[in-house]
Parts: sequence; structure tokens; C-alpha cells
Amino acid sequence: MPEDLNWAVGGEAGDGIDSTGKIFAQALSRAGRHVFTSKDFASRIRGGYTAYKIRTSVDELNSVVDRLDILVALTQRTIDENLDELHEDSVVIYDGERSWDAEVPDEQIPLDVPLKSLAEDAGGAIMQNVVALGAACEVAGFPIEHLDSALEKRFGEKGQKLVDNNQEAARKGRDYVQENYDHDFGYSLETTDNDYVLLNGDEAIGMGALVGGCRFYAGYPITPATNVMEYLTGRIDEYGGTVVQAEDELSAINMALGAARSGARAMTATSGPGIDLMTETFGLIATTETPLVIADVMRSGPSTGMPTKQEQGDLNMTLYGGHGEIPRFVLAPTTIAECFHKTIEAFNLAEKYQTPVYVVSDLAMAVTEQTFSPEEFDMDEVEIDRGKVVDEDNIDQYLDEQDRFQPHYDAGDGISPRAFPGTVEGAHMTTGLEHDELGRRTEDTDERVRQVDKRNRKVETAQNEEDWSPREFGNEDAENLVLTWGSNEGAIREAMQKLDIDVRFISVPYMFPRPDLTEAVESAETTVVVECNATGQFADVVERDTLTRVERINKYNGIRFNADELVDRITETFAAESEAKV
Amino acid sequence: MSSQAHFTDFKSDKQPTWCPGCGDFGTMNGMMKALANTGNSPDDTFICAGIGCSGKIGTYMHSYALHGVHGRALPVGTGVKLANPDLEVMVAGGDGDGYSIGAGHFIHAVRRNVDMTYVVMDNRIYGLTKGQFSPTSREDFETSTSPEGTKQSPVHPLALAMAAGGSFIAQSFSSDAQRHTEIIEQAIEHDGFSLVNTYSPCVTFNDVDTYDFFRDSLVDLDEEDHDPTDYDQARQRIMDFDNIYQGVLYQDDDSVGYEKRLGIEGPMNEIPDGAPEDAMDLVREFY
Repeated sequence: MPEDLNWAVGGEAGDGIDSTGKIFAQALSRAGRHVFTSKDFASRIRGGYTAYKIRTSVDELNSVVDRLDILVALTQRTIDENLDELHEDSVVIYDGERSWDAEVPDEQIPLDVPLKSLAEDAGGAIMQNVVALGAACEVAGFPIEHLDSALEKRFGEKGQKLVDNNQEAARKGRDYVQENYDHDFGYSLETTDNDYVLLNGDEAIGMGALVGGCRFYAGYPITPATNVMEYLTGRIDEYGGTVVQAEDELSAINMALGAARSGARAMTATSGPGIDLMTETFGLIATTETPLVIADVMRSGPSTGMPTKQEQGDLNMTLYGGHGEIPRFVLAPTTIAECFHKTIEAFNLAEKYQTPVYVVSDLAMAVTEQTFSPEEFDMDEVEIDRGKVVDEDNIDQYLDEQDRFQPHYDAGDGISPRAFPGTVEGAHMTTGLEHDELGRRTEDTDERVRQVDKRNRKVETAQNEEDWSPREFGNEDAENLVLTWGSNEGAIREAMQKLDIDVRFISVPYMFPRPDLTEAVESAETTVVVECNATGQFADVVERDTLTRVERINKYNGIRFNADELVDRITETFAAESEAKV
Repeated sequence: MSSQAHFTDFKSDKQPTWCPGCGDFGTMNGMMKALANTGNSPDDTFICAGIGCSGKIGTYMHSYALHGVHGRALPVGTGVKLANPDLEVMVAGGDGDGYSIGAGHFIHAVRRNVDMTYVVMDNRIYGLTKGQFSPTSREDFETSTSPEGTKQSPVHPLALAMAAGGSFIAQSFSSDAQRHTEIIEQAIEHDGFSLVNTYSPCVTFNDVDTYDFFRDSLVDLDEEDHDPTDYDQARQRIMDFDNIYQGVLYQDDDSVGYEKRLGIEGPMNEIPDGAPEDAMDLVREFY
């Protein structure tokens, strides 16, 4: 029996696939098992193949593999789409009474369970997926009490009757398998006393925002960033904040800008097409020196591309987007937990340096649920730094000889004082036009140079004052160096355990400013940059920074890397390089 | 500012670069007087503006202000007000800024009904780009980009606002200083989104919609026995495209600003030094 079990439910969009998967994932998590989920979905509400996959183990999980042990198939397409991942001991649970004639290949173990009629017996056909979950519990050797607990969480608010019916439906599925199949499936999912929480990257960004003091969020729904807004809706009100669903992305970022100027910690989240629209205002935010956090949850581009598929194609846009030259910070969380921490960090950076900060996440993290110990979110470590906010007591030192407040006062480190509206004697204007220290328009050539330098100096100050270290794994003396950014870290870490070669692995969460990788790249025989795009946007950056050629492993078919394929591709890349050098 | 502000307190020491005779001078003076008359001070007033001649207003006035990008002043004002409902928020724009590039935001700001005052300096031309037709230009208006007339129907801002569920719809004329100021005062005092479309003639590029034209054409509602709270009467006058009116055309006294409906109670600028005390509950939700 392998250490991990891979389970999936698949059917048509609208079949409740997502909630079915989530219930099982929660049951496993509540039973003290690690869970790592992935989703396969199409950009439509009804119809089209969709699947929710769960990998579970007692040990920590950070990646997916291409193996399925138990598949709940509500359609034939679910079986067809996953054929490559099924093996000879895979169990396929399906409903033979339904209109489709399931063709389960001979190599697999077909488990025909009358899902619909058993659900009807328990109170309604709608619970057919829960019957399947009960059947899966029996196959996996997983105590059904944990499923009960997840069903309680899911339906508890809607009444005990609904909970009871669902728990009954689950039992009918389990009992049916027990009574009708005399087969040792070979699984026995061990439960533990470990205490885990289960959340995805969008939720982690939303939670980071709340904990980090965000009080104003404006956004426009877009896959896969919408969940950030949905998370904050309702919750942020408890802390005196609000969420506004704007009429478009242009409005959303301008509302957030307005709120930030009012003194609120403000943010918006969107995906690539939304960033395109927001770029107009991005320059305004930077030049008015307004603190703002913008989360870009990337998906496949360009244009509307593949809205429900993975890609890391926006790095160039977040690094260079916008006309003119714009100081900015770009953070790229490398794990779901880091989505939480980096969002808090983003708010501090935004306010300390009064500049827009991108948090660049992606679809793979946004829709993946993963278990963590609650301690991963250590609230005692959270510090809020609002930067140079002036009040009545100290505003005098930032007034000019005519008692006018200077919002772009050049203090040497490039960072000016901030007066929230309402601060007595602080009235001032800011503008997207080039301006002087008073915020007033200027075309004076010397003042222009001075203000550009002042804004750029903030980056230098931040480079010196903040910790931009990357995350390091593996053998630091290895001659093979693997570099990555964003969500690939987990898959690479798992691949490292299976690699026959020794590698040094650096995962970079800071895209700008970023750590100096020169020494690492120079000391390696070969460097390979792993990323989910076609051209190697981060590889380009590394080459430019280090003046050294790097190898590239790219994937851009819309699916995240998994550990198995990375073992092969990393091995091949280093082998080819070492051969070439002989 | 603790003491009562005088309207000159809202004046900056920057000299306007508007053309001599520009209607925007009168528009701005009325805004400053109305702000002072309604008890506001520069330190708790926020002016948002977009691009164009109108957009310069934040430079010439003294208050908290943001001069943003073209057509997006209303969303900025929305964010400012929601994040600090104690501020008096005034948004200034032109007919191009408000009804062309910003038309989408206009409709949504009206229906959202955030408590702010939107003053649109309508001169029916693009002045700062030197004389192209605007969305409020007449169909036969000849300009550098419409040598044979615009061949487009003009936008009717008041009708748009009414259709979008506006709660305060008014029109003024910048050279009628007293009425203009009064109308803006009423707009400031209204609880909800207030539109004041202000005819603000461009003496350099528009020789059709002149001071004389507006003086001769404007019908003052004070002389028309108009009841702005009468929806049907308001609708009739707003949809009467043969006449142009000065005054408050429509006012919904029961209007409640969006910020109040959201339950926002005060400024959002105070936050704890660390995570909120109940932060672990946020984590526990994911159990």
C-alpha cells in the first residue's frame, strides 16, 4: 500500500462535484490526515467535464501525482479523461443504473453502486454524491464518522434533518459496498490526532488581508481571484471594513485608491485581464505615492486565454506594466500558507514605502486546498507597520515656510510623511502629473529629476532595510541548481525526494526587489529555472541579473507541474547539460 | 481647522491657468462658497477630479484632493467617502470626463448613491485638447473633429441620472453665482449622490453654447412652481429636451447614502498594531 491515496470525483459542471470533493477533503483533514487537492474545471456553469482530486497522506503533502486510486465517476467522460492515471488496482465507483453504459476498462476494479436509487431511499436523489462518498469510505478503509463530522459542518446550519439524511445516504453507500463486494481493496486510511485546517490560496490571501488590517476591498469578479472577494465579504464588516463589488476593474482599483488615500488599508484582487485594465491607475498610485495591495491571481493568457487553467504568464506585466517608470514591489507567495504571510507583508511594504505592491499568486494555488497546522498562521508574529503617518503633534516639521503640508517631502530615504484626510493643517493635493513637494504640478526639469529619484530611492531604501531572502532547500553545495518562483515550490520539493541527483533548490518569493542570485548561479555547474509559462519570464530575469545563461523547464498546457514529471525533466535537463560540457 | 472656515480658506495660492472668461472660475467659486456656507473646512474636505480643464480644480482649491486619471474621479470619490464617511467629498469633472470616458462609472455612482456631490462643468466641448466635440455637443456642432456636425445625438446627463435612480439631480449656470452656490449647498446637504450639471461656458472653443445662449435659454425652476420631490413633475422636466432648466429638478428626501446602508460607522484609518485578538478564530473556521 502506498503512503498516499489519490481519490477523485468527476462529472458534469453543476453536478456538485466541488462540494462533494470539499466534504471528503474536510473529512480527511478532520481525521488528522494531510490533504492536497486539485481541480479540473471548465469555464462554464453547467455541462463540461469537471473533477475534484484529493491526495491524502499522514505525511505532509505539497504536490499532486499522476496516479488515481479511487475514482467516483458520474459520467463516462470522467473515466476517459483519467484513464492515464488509473492503474490495475484502481477502483472506479459508478452508477450502473444510470442512462450511460459505463465502460470501465478491464484493468480496473469496477464498483457498480446504485447511487441515485440509494440516495432516493435516504431522502433525495440530490445526495447521490454523498452515497458515493460513503462507498469510497468503505473502499479506502476510512471510518465513516469523520465523514459525518464533515457533513455536519457542511449542512449543520441548514438543519439537523438535512444532516441526518446525508449521513444516512453515506451509510447506504458504505453498506452497499460492504454487502455486495467481497474484495479486499487494500486501503486502510490511518487517522491521527493531528489538528489541521484546510484552506486554499485565495482564502489565505483574504485571511492575510483581514489579519493585516485591510479594511477596504473593491473588486470585480474574475476567475480565479473571485474567492478573495467572497472570503472578505461579510467577514471584513466585523472589523469595521467593507467590500465593494465595483462595475469594472477600472472602478475597483480607483475605489481602492480613494480608500487608501482616506487612510484605510485597501486592496483589490484580480487576474491578468483585470490587471490590464488596472494598469492605467497603477501609475497614478505609484506617482501619488499611495499604499495599495493588488493581488494578481494568474491564469492562462493572453487575452481571455484559458480562464480556468494554470499559468505563470504575468510576471513581466507585474514587473514592467504601465507607461513610464514605476517603482513597485512584487511579491510571489510560494505556498498557500505564504499567501497569508506575504499578503500581510505586502500591506506593511505598501504603507512603509507608499507604493503599490503586487501579490502574485496563480490558479494552482487559488483553487488548491491544503492542510496546515494552525500554528502555520502564528498571529503573535503579525506586526503592523503603518509607516510615516503624521498627526497634529508632529505635522509642523513637514510644513513649508508658508505652513503648507508637503506630501512629497524628500526626507532623504525617499519616503514622505502621510497625512490622512481630516488631519488638521494637513490639507494637500496629489496628482498623477509630475509634481513638487507640495503635490502641485510641475514641469521644472530639476524638480522632475528630483521626484523621480526620490521615488526610486524608496526601492533602494527597501532593498537595504528589508529581508528579501529566498527560500532554500536541498544541498547548498550541489553543482545542480534549481530555481523557481511562485507555486512550483511544493512539486519541486517532492521531486527532490525522488531525484537520483543532488540539487540545490532556491525558491524565490520576491520578484522585485529580489534577492541577488549571482553567487548561487555562478557557483553552480548548471542552473535550471522551472516555471509555468512558455518563454521563461523569470529565467530571463535571472539571466539579466546574473549575466549567466540558465536552462529552462517550462510548462504552459494549462496544468500545474506534478512531482513525477519534474523528476524526469530535471534529470534530463542536468544530464543533457553535463553531457554537453564533457 | 477649529474655527468656521471662510470661503477664501478653500482657495490655494496657485493662480488658475484657465482662459480669461472661462466658466470654470464661477463654478469653482460657487463650490468654495457652498463648502464654507455648509460648515466645512479644508481639512475635512476631499476633492476628486479627473482630466481636462475641470480636472485642475484640485490645484486651485485648498483641501485634501486627488487629481486622477481620465474619467475615474467618481470611483476615487466613492473609495474616499466609504473609507471615511466623516469627510465631505466633492467630485469635479467635465462633460468629457464625466459623460464620455467616465459614463459607465457615472451610471453606477448614481445608482450606488454614495453621499457625495458631483459637479460637472459642462461646456459642451473639449477645451484642453483644443476644441473637439464632446458627448454633450449638439448634433450639428462643427468642430475640428466634426467639420460637418457631430452626427451623434448628445448625451442628456439629467435623464441618464434619473434613469439610473438618482436621488438628487440639479443643474446650474456658473455665471449665476448666487443660484449656482445655493444649488451646490443643497447638493452638499443632500444625503446621497448629488449631480449638479453646471453650464460652464468655454469662451475659447465654443461659440455656440455661450454665456448669452445660456442666459437667454435657461428657465429657472424657482419661477416655475417646481416641486423637486414630485417624481412625475421632475421626470417631465428632465425629459423635456427642448428646454434647459436651472435649479434642483429632483430630490428624494428619503434617500439614504450607500455608506449608511453598508453600515459603515466611521473612518477605517485606525487598525491594531498586530493581528486582531480573535484572529485565531479566522483560522479555526477552516477546521
